[in-house]
Amino acid sequence: MQRALISGVAIAILCSVIGLFLVLRRYSLFGDAIAHSSFGGIALGLMAGVYPLWTAYGVSLASGLIITKIKEKYDISGDAAIAVLLSSGIAVGLVIVGISGGFTIDIFSFLFGSILLVSVNETILILSLTGIILIVVLLLYRQLLYSTFNEEQAKVSGIPVEKINYLIVFMAGLTVVTSIQLVGVLLISALFVIPNVTAIMYGKGFKPTAILSISFSIFSVVTGIFISYIFNITPAGTIVLLSIGLFGATMAIKSMGLLSKN
Amino acid sequence: MLSVAEIEHLTVQYPDVKALDDVSFTVEKGDFLGIIGPNGAGKSTLFAAMLGLNTKYKGIIRFFGQDIRKSKDYLKEIGYVPQKPIFEKNFPATVNDVVKMSLRQESNVDKIDEILQQLWIHELSQKRIGELSGGQQQRVFIAKALVNSPKILILDEPVTGIDQQSIELFYSILRELNAKQKITIIWSSHDLDAVNQLANHVACLNRTLFFHGESDAFFENDELVKQYSEASMQEHMHNH
Repeated sequence: MQRALISGVAIAILCSVIGLFLVLRRYSLFGDAIAHSSFGGIALGLMAGVYPLWTAYGVSLASGLIITKIKEKYDISGDAAIAVLLSSGIAVGLVIVGISGGFTIDIFSFLFGSILLVSVNETILILSLTGIILIVVLLLYRQLLYSTFNEEQAKVSGIPVEKINYLIVFMAGLTVVTSIQLVGVLLISALFVIPNVTAIMYGKGFKPTAILSISFSIFSVVTGIFISYIFNITPAGTIVLLSIGLFGATMAIKSMGLLSKN
Repeated sequence: MLSVAEIEHLTVQYPDVKALDDVSFTVEKGDFLGIIGPNGAGKSTLFAAMLGLNTKYKGIIRFFGQDIRKSKDYLKEIGYVPQKPIFEKNFPATVNDVVKMSLRQESNVDKIDEILQQLWIHELSQKRIGELSGGQQQRVFIAKALVNSPKILILDEPVTGIDQQSIELFYSILRELNAKQKITIIWSSHDLDAVNQLANHVACLNRTLFFHGESDAFFENDELVKQYSEASMQEHMHNH
């Protein structure tokens, strides 16, 4: 339980921070696409007898970088590129599962998450990656924010926008696979998108929005883990439903005109 | 006079059209250069090449004597204001956030307040950028361009879609930046009257450069003004 909470909070922070850049770049479903491609990687790992998350990291990062390159070179729209990536991962995973004769139980824990079963080593891995990614974000904060706001202006300011774009895809790939243990492949994009879309509705500047998003995310994860532990229900679904609850409450507050504009 | 920018035989060929053909001119320190030309004349293409956004060109572009293909350092001395600021409408960034993005040195953060006051948008500093009017947003983008104390300000038809009152304010700000702060201004515009009032040099572009020189020499030459007006009208008719 303690490990689940520590890992959950780290993942909540990570998904909010990386997700905010993705949402603002109109890449909301990119996390979903990488998660689905990681399904192919997980199946590959299970078939080869390798720790599945390692193969998932490899496949997700490769898919994210390849699709970004294809999008750049062939002028394919973002949503079409995401659709290709999303279906390819699932298709590869299903074929591998079929060839291997199925490893249903293992696959289910990756599809729906298993945060309550997270090991000490996995907790250390989650904390280390969270630390590294957050340090990179803090060090390159201006470059990440500026290239998200307006690529052309960022280029004129001397920011290497193409490199920053690849860095974001790389960090998103690491974040998605790291977070699979919390909510699983199928619900991962909820952690990227919902807390951020909720926070953006409060009409604040960038840092307050990021802090609000992180707060909503931590609240959903911690409360979700407690509720699922007490009532013996799946943490992933509970966490996502709590996020949706906060989103709904914010929409209600906004529609009542109670959210002031600065 | 010292040339801050030299454009030599600049040619930009797109797959279906030659956007710029053998364009050459220089910009001297302290100039207020108005670049005029009809739609599709190549003004934005020229700026894209000058700002390093398009590197597929023939010819040479130098800033401060340095070929821009060899070094990007010149960009530190340039402030750029785009035609229309493009950003996600709900982007969670205040005016202060947006100007701060451009700031190269964190230690110069006091400069932001100073610039916002100078441009009369200090009271808006905590407003989200998407909540401002077109004129206010354009002033925020000037603030971004000025926050690193550039030597050159490049503006690409910066008053497109802005109300008349904001345009007047905008022009008075440009005049002051050039006259008092000695910032060299390279500015593209459709508005001949404004160019006549503000610029001391004019470059008249229609894929090729058919005039470059002092503003008075252009506006006092009825034949040139007539040629420009006819070219603009033809382009206008073509587009409609």
